[in-house]
Amino acid sequence: MEDKKAGWKELPEGDVLEGASSLKFKTGNWRNRRPVHIPEKCINCFICWISCPDSAVKVNSETGKFERFDYDYCKGCGICAYECPKEAIKMEDEKEVEK
Amino acid sequence: MKVARTGNEAFAEAMRQINPDVVAAYPITPATEIVQIFSQFVADGLVKTEFVAVESEHSAMSACIGASAAGIRAMTGTSSQGLALMWEMLYIAAGLRLPIVMAVVNRALSSPINIHCDHSDTMGARDSGWIQLFSENVQEAYDNLIQAVRIAEHPDVKLPVMATTDGFILSHCLETLDILSDEDAQDFIGISPERPNLIKSLNEGSPITLGALDLQDYYFEHKRQAAEGMFNAKKVIPEIGKEFGKRFGREYGFFEEYQFVDAEVVILVMGSTAGTAKDIVDEMRKEGKKVGLLKLRVYRPFPAEELAKALKGKKAVGVMDRADGMSAFSGPLYPDICAALYDIDQGRPVIQNYIYGLGGRDIRKEDIRYIFEEIIKTAKTGKKDYTLKYIGVRE
Repeated sequence: MEDKKAGWKELPEGDVLEGASSLKFKTGNWRNRRPVHIPEKCINCFICWISCPDSAVKVNSETGKFERFDYDYCKGCGICAYECPKEAIKMEDEKEVEK
Repeated sequence: MKVARTGNEAFAEAMRQINPDVVAAYPITPATEIVQIFSQFVADGLVKTEFVAVESEHSAMSACIGASAAGIRAMTGTSSQGLALMWEMLYIAAGLRLPIVMAVVNRALSSPINIHCDHSDTMGARDSGWIQLFSENVQEAYDNLIQAVRIAEHPDVKLPVMATTDGFILSHCLETLDILSDEDAQDFIGISPERPNLIKSLNEGSPITLGALDLQDYYFEHKRQAAEGMFNAKKVIPEIGKEFGKRFGREYGFFEEYQFVDAEVVILVMGSTAGTAKDIVDEMRKEGKKVGLLKLRVYRPFPAEELAKALKGKKAVGVMDRADGMSAFSGPLYPDICAALYDIDQGRPVIQNYIYGLGGRDIRKEDIRYIFEEIIKTAKTGKKDYTLKYIGVRE
């Protein structure tokens, strides 16, 4: 995504892009707080999964259990942590995580 | 073939001949008849159009956008508040480069509520990226709508076009219309050129994204592209107008000059008032006065260089605005004309503004004569006493 940006003469006309272009738009970089999963507390009720507006809670289809957060698209809204009935998700400051 | 048609009937006949794939419309006075008559054509099987009776003008334009984005021809018709309700969709149609064609009947905007003619509705859309063609009479309205399809779909343009009539004055008045045969009209319009960027939009095997978020890094480039379409329209509109003239005997350019070449003072006007003004020009010419008329047909794109070339050397110009710009300065047409003429080094006319006819207020021959007399006075001194006068309003 860091390649040279197209000028107006070469850009596809009329804001037309290939399908599913939003997959290339990693909105996770908007995040300033990230959800962190606490496995010991999690009961795999999937309230976080159904609440996530960005489909960023990934469930393992084989084990049927919480697998990971998709940080490419998680915007850090915190709805999952707020809705979790077992406080199994905590929000951490991105700056703290980077340290 | 000569027939008697109102402006609305003429628009509907043009739409029948264009035979668009989709018409989505919502009724509004005085434009209702256009799509009402057209819906009868649909019911009678005279066209292959899918007619979508939507719940608002916002939806009408949205449906046209969807249809046009699928690569097919879409049309609608509206007026006044209807056009106002379409406002955000107008920009989207232009931004997505969709060649939608719309018949607009000019009507005043509320408040106060009024169903009669002025140009404030389309003036509100002048910066939306739509091409705007104004009509003096029913014949021009019909001819403009036929040409509008070719202009909109031209590969160098790909912008939506609105062709207008003056509400009631043209929309409901019966005039003689020299209508093209269906074969001639359809041959002139031709089939819609392929739009390769959109051709796949209904192909589920290779889907596209339309109207994606376009922030600091791409929005400007897309706007620049649309602007280029408008620059190109300046080349395409007269070409198509010439071709139309060659085939059918009525040639169209950016504007019409009437008793113009030796005129010292000129009234500049759009729409049906040009017809009344021509009568006055004739009368005053008989009195030996060197008066002339410039009737602007194409308001967007704005033919600035061409206007400067035409008006250079005239002593005074009276710009008649059938809308108030509410700018505490002038109507909307006046500053455009001033800007167009500003770069004339020598022989720049003195320009004055006359706002008239709001909400369908009659513009009488005496009113236009008065404007001519005013600008003749200005021409004598070379200086104007005022910039703006309201014509025909009670003090």
